[in-house]
Amino acid sequence: MHGILTIFRKELADQFSSTRFLLISALIVMVGVIIASMVAMGIQEETRGLAKPTLIFLLLFTSTGKLFSFIQFIGFFGPLVGIILGFDSINRERVSRTLSKLVAQPIYRDSIINAKFLTGVVTISIVLVAIVLIISGLGIRLVGVVPGWEEVWRLAIYLIASILYISFWLGISILFSVVFRSTATSALASLALWIFFSFFVSLGAGVLSDAVAPISQSSSGIDPEALLKHERVQRTISLFSPMTLYSDATSTILDPMRKTTRSLILMGPLERLSLTRFQSPLPLLQSITIVTPHLVSLVAITFLCFGICYLVFMRQEIRTV
Amino acid sequence: MRGQSIIETEKLTKRYGTQTAVNELDLQIREGEVFGFLGPNGAGKTTTLLMFLGLTEPTSGKVNVCGFDPKREGLRVKERVGYLPENVGFYEDMDARENLQYVARLNRIPDEISAPRIDTWLKEVGLYEEAKKMVGIYSKGMRQRLGIAEVMIKEPKLIFLDEPTIGLDPDGTNRMLDLIHSLSREKNITVFLSSHLLDQVQRICDRVGIMIKGNLVAVGPIQELAREKLGIDKERYTLEEIYMKYFKEA
Repeated sequence: MHGILTIFRKELADQFSSTRFLLISALIVMVGVIIASMVAMGIQEETRGLAKPTLIFLLLFTSTGKLFSFIQFIGFFGPLVGIILGFDSINRERVSRTLSKLVAQPIYRDSIINAKFLTGVVTISIVLVAIVLIISGLGIRLVGVVPGWEEVWRLAIYLIASILYISFWLGISILFSVVFRSTATSALASLALWIFFSFFVSLGAGVLSDAVAPISQSSSGIDPEALLKHERVQRTISLFSPMTLYSDATSTILDPMRKTTRSLILMGPLERLSLTRFQSPLPLLQSITIVTPHLVSLVAITFLCFGICYLVFMRQEIRTV
Repeated sequence: MRGQSIIETEKLTKRYGTQTAVNELDLQIREGEVFGFLGPNGAGKTTTLLMFLGLTEPTSGKVNVCGFDPKREGLRVKERVGYLPENVGFYEDMDARENLQYVARLNRIPDEISAPRIDTWLKEVGLYEEAKKMVGIYSKGMRQRLGIAEVMIKEPKLIFLDEPTIGLDPDGTNRMLDLIHSLSREKNITVFLSSHLLDQVQRICDRVGIMIKGNLVAVGPIQELAREKLGIDKERYTLEEIYMKYFKEA
């Protein structure tokens, strides 16, 4: 534990004094504040003279306004934050030849990798909690409503999911920084994986589901069975992307009107009817039940990623050359 | 004090695939001596050092450093042994004192004990005036000397120096050698020096070992090796002559 704490303290100090950390947090805070104030002013306009609807506070995060919503922004930009924080964590020490010195000190070798990961997770948590609090403050000021307990809980779950999601990308980039000697290569590899997951998995899901369950055009129109199968295959494949996992989970937890992560086409007729007839928000516990599988999967892939990273690092030869 | 062995190996072997880096090494280093470990590049010197520190696992054979097996009790060994790698690196955006303090903390030395020790060693290696400068602007010679200070912060019984004078100018080399010499004489620290710069090894080492292609071909005091290889009647010899003789035979 001693080794982890010492390295952690040093790494955290390095992180906070680094230019890249300043740039990332400045960017997130700037975009977050702009989105939130635009949305808040919009809400103010629309609800003037009306009774405020329930759970209006969460709209600050989910409403798309003119550009995109805050959760969409984090869903897209979050992986980049994880990658930027981690892509050179091990190979920078290798290049500057401090790694061979570090492993010659009386600490367990795994303290190095554990401390690096911990530093990243703590940094991510601090940035995310800060921006959510800033937006909440802005919201209270501009909209004039105080969040209730349920909203606070939903935001807390959202924060946990976001930290896990960004930590997954941190794990990926640390893994590449262990595998590749050059910092440029590990940065590019992480970015390539990010682009693959964010754009190509959903594209690939479409192509694959067309191949597995083609929708045949017959004289009587589209066969509903085939359409259902097509849709199911597509959903299953796109769930392999952490992006889909995350965006499904967070949009459900922050939007109580959403009662399922499934698309409309997969619902039964009664389900669809109830969705249109009863426009009441889902209780918190029910929302949690819906997203539990997503959250568990996020935890699993994050730990899996860190586990691989740990194994590779522990088995690696530490040579000076 | 002298005479007790601090490093002992028995048939220590390291193979990478089919290539043998170190072949059945039998070596004993006595406490307090300066031992020169010689050999051409790629002879297995660094691999041997890494096995002494428990950073690389031997394929077979036994090794004992300061009374511990580095394979199973690596932390115990690392608490007692200082290692200066070839071309040691530092955190460039920290000053000399911060670099040393970080290493002291990793060695569980409380700040109040390490602070005076850091001052002492910065003075000893002649970097006290430059201690506030970032290590990024240090010259090669200053880095090597800072490396020695860093190794000494934990007050080791034994230090491993991997090519400590490589790339230094003549003045820097002399200062470095004097420093190593004084460590051994004044502080009674065992020095295990790996190098291929023979004239320097000749100046400061009590005993040398010559390693070629993973095999230890000779070990003993320089005089003895000279007698053996060059004939006893020869008055002036250099380590280089001895070394070349072994090298040609191997």
